[in-house]
Amino acid sequence: MPRELRSLKQNEAEALFRRIGITFAVYGEGGSPDRLIPFDMFPRVFQADEWARLERGIKQRARALNAFLVDVYGRGEIVKAGRIPGRLVYQNEAYETAVCGIVPPKGVYSHIVGIDLVRTGPDEFFVLEDNCRTPSGVSYMLENREIMMRMFPALFQENRIAPVENYPAMLRRTLASVAPHKCDSDPRVVILTPGHFNSAYYEHSFLADMMGVELVEGSDLFVEGDYCWMRTTEGPKRVDVIYRRIDDAFIDPLCFRPDSMLGVPGLMNVYRSGGVSICSAPGAGVADDKAIYTFVPEMIRFYLGEAPILNNVPTWQCAKPEDLKYVLEHLSELVVKEVHGSGGYGMLVGPKADKAMIALFDQKIREKPWNYIAQPTLALSTCPTFVDEGIAPRHVDLRPYCLVGEDINLVPGGLTRVALTEGSLVVNSSQGGGVKDTWVLAE
Amino acid sequence: MKLTISHETLYRFEPPMRGVVQSLRLTPSQFEGQQVIDWSIDVAGAERGAAFRDGAGDWVETVSVLGPVSEVRVVVRGTVITQDLIGVLKGHRETVPPEAYLRPTLPTEADMAVRALAESALESVENDDPLARAHALASAVTDAIAYCPGETNPGTSAAEALALGRGVCQDHTHALIAVAQASDIPARYVTGYLESGADGGAHEASHAWAELWVHGIGWIGFDAANACCPDERYVRIGSGHDAQDAAPIRGVAAGIGVEALEVDVHVDDTTADQGQSQTQQ
Repeated sequence: MPRELRSLKQNEAEALFRRIGITFAVYGEGGSPDRLIPFDMFPRVFQADEWARLERGIKQRARALNAFLVDVYGRGEIVKAGRIPGRLVYQNEAYETAVCGIVPPKGVYSHIVGIDLVRTGPDEFFVLEDNCRTPSGVSYMLENREIMMRMFPALFQENRIAPVENYPAMLRRTLASVAPHKCDSDPRVVILTPGHFNSAYYEHSFLADMMGVELVEGSDLFVEGDYCWMRTTEGPKRVDVIYRRIDDAFIDPLCFRPDSMLGVPGLMNVYRSGGVSICSAPGAGVADDKAIYTFVPEMIRFYLGEAPILNNVPTWQCAKPEDLKYVLEHLSELVVKEVHGSGGYGMLVGPKADKAMIALFDQKIREKPWNYIAQPTLALSTCPTFVDEGIAPRHVDLRPYCLVGEDINLVPGGLTRVALTEGSLVVNSSQGGGVKDTWVLAE
Repeated sequence: MKLTISHETLYRFEPPMRGVVQSLRLTPSQFEGQQVIDWSIDVAGAERGAAFRDGAGDWVETVSVLGPVSEVRVVVRGTVITQDLIGVLKGHRETVPPEAYLRPTLPTEADMAVRALAESALESVENDDPLARAHALASAVTDAIAYCPGETNPGTSAAEALALGRGVCQDHTHALIAVAQASDIPARYVTGYLESGADGGAHEASHAWAELWVHGIGWIGFDAANACCPDERYVRIGSGHDAQDAAPIRGVAAGIGVEALEVDVHVDDTTADQGQSQTQQ
């Protein structure tokens, strides 16, 4: 593509994004917090057979994670069998004793599992982390596709690219399929948002729009009798399924943080007595903790009796003395993450860090070893990407969104994030990463 | 012992609120030391619902009152037959793994002084005698905090109460949970009623104590405020990680105003009355 046309197209893409209104709030920067997430026009392409294997691996993982959640809030067989240390599970910050003994409808705690993957070889994928609570970014997957189709309609006629547009319908079906037993009519689904100050508010309203469901804040809902109700101009309407985009701690001031203004007082009691479903179910976070992550292959073997299709990145637990020793000796080669961190905040990329940064992490890890894990820096695959000099390879990762309800579904695609700085391995949009459309070619 | 309980809680709101929602953990559960004969909760003008037994074995229900609400009166009446099991919570159905009670919450977070107290209490106790270890921690807390109402408030943490050396049953309980957890012993907060009798040795009719997980036995109650283990004078209502989590009533009022609270609790030994009514039948 000639340079002039390229910049023309790039401007067109930017104008489209501006018009649609996709912005992303970046914390810890000055100026306007709402900015455009950089979009790269070069799509990332998967062949049908590559995708088929990924899909099997992702679904397998989502099944195991949910089996683990039902187990650790129930009989705790995996702990009793000595396959995962009880301390990591039961003393985990994300473990909620308030939901012990609860089996949510269809046995699903995590309804939307976002699994972050990187590729290191032709047939080699590693899972970087699992997101079992409320993974964000799916609106970019949908918007990226829409913009590509508007800008390059011919490409979609010449190539057989599997569609992702049915994701909202699939999400709605998934949510409706986990309505509580007490719901005897067409389930009413709502999205609960913390409000427009939240960095992902755009996505909340986008998904509500695409699914044709109400977007509500805590103050729009109330608890009376056995149910949760939504205030409407036509009087109260019973709510059956809440896709919540607020953290556990804020869901209900009568159960969790008493100072929460974002939640609904009494909602956890309605949930626990079977009057409403909450997606993801409160307590789901214990499955995506970075210390628990190490044990996901073990979960797959334990609950499913299968060999893991997707590999974990080798991980050192700083809580273990021998691992801690190795990590402190090799800080300049490793990626160090906080156990509960997300969004690329508070992490050390050893090979890119200066001496002061390494010294700082050395001290932090010694103070709270259990708070850190470390992983090798992988030779991440790259994807052709438009940069100022032309087309150049840039590192990418992939987050597909697996939907778990009555059945398990995965749209062929996901969010490809790209590190726009040469050599950089950090793809998080909060750290200046960009996004690409992800194509799965049909056979 | 047959205990008759009358427990009234009155919330007044000025100006009236738009609505009030409460979660009640106010019904004693059954176990070998405790048999509930009758129990009723009455909240005038409230919609009741969303009731269930939680993983810790407590019965929880929800009440909501539509506004304008100027007062909410929660009236509890009941009769319970109790037995002295020297604190052991025997035959209590629950599913929460004991290890989940090793994680401190804000009020039970240990500081240097809490850890030091736990260490000195356990200095001369055999490591393989978990019951003796639990007793040693409870009596250390009894000695470290003098019963002294009005010196602490509901927000006082275990570390603060220990530094002050004074407090009420909530402080003794948080402190015992903190030293137990610091010693790798699961511990939790228990609420209930206490029949204080004529001797006046016990402190409050609406009471709180701690339960510690003792390997080989199970959950055992320790009342550090009264330097004893719960006996037949105690009625156990519910448990949680700390006072707030275990609270018999947790509520939220929608609106802006002043909330006033009045609590009236009577626990009477009616063992003799039972004999009378039986002879009359």
